[in-house]
Amino acid sequence: MVPVSYFLVLSAILFGMGVVAFVFKRNIVTIFMSIELMLNAVNLAFVAFARANNEVDGLVFVFFVIVVAAAEAAVGLAIVITLAQNRQSLNVERVNLLKF
Amino acid sequence: MSLPLILFFVCAFIAVLGAALLIVSREPIHSALSLILVMISLAVLYVLLGAEFIAAVQIIVYAGAIMVLFVFVIMLLNAHEEERTDWSKMAKYAGVPLGVVLLFWLAHWMAHSGIAAASAAGSGAGIASFSTVDLAKEIFRQYLLPFEATSILILIAILGALVLARKDE
Repeated sequence: MVPVSYFLVLSAILFGMGVVAFVFKRNIVTIFMSIELMLNAVNLAFVAFARANNEVDGLVFVFFVIVVAAAEAAVGLAIVITLAQNRQSLNVERVNLLKF
Repeated sequence: MSLPLILFFVCAFIAVLGAALLIVSREPIHSALSLILVMISLAVLYVLLGAEFIAAVQIIVYAGAIMVLFVFVIMLLNAHEEERTDWSKMAKYAGVPLGVVLLFWLAHWMAHSGIAAASAAGSGAGIASFSTVDLAKEIFRQYLLPFEATSILILIAILGALVLARKDE
């Protein structure tokens, strides 16, 4: 029997690594992947809390998060393709028209 | 150590390793493959938590559909090695400490909060599994409106992706 808090700590570690990857990476596709990593970490926390309270509601939320992630990936990658066609680069530092 | 605990530590190690590889590797395709590693080990953890349906969805939708989309885009754009640029000042002085602080603070809070303590005493992982029938009842009764809204969301996402990726006439 594994304590639920172990899962929560793992979820926190994965989320933190997702944040670090989001800040460090320069490739826009990899930045997208770090967002997916953070979503996965949150999903793990949802399932762990659902287990802790023996409620199915947490799983429903995970279901919706996965659906929204799929929609987000489809639109986001379309934006990436357009960006790559216009800039000939995937480096986010080349996309700086709105940079302060 | 019991078998579920060993399984948990193995999968947790693989997940953290995959996340670390995602950060370290410079080729986007390597990052994508290590993210698939993270997702598969998370699916095993979902089974350990008794959520078989979510584990199946995780494999089919996440590791299957979404990551195939990522790999496809990486191949399509011929994304090679990431350029090594000097980090911006924000990343160096704000991003790294904030990331580390967030990691430890979240881990500390989750391990010591009242919720975690209460739940750790009660039901743990590896007892019974959630029934998919209950999940379906929940989705199609209590959460029917969000479920239907989701279908509209997906429709709009398809249209958006088509419009964005279309070549200008």
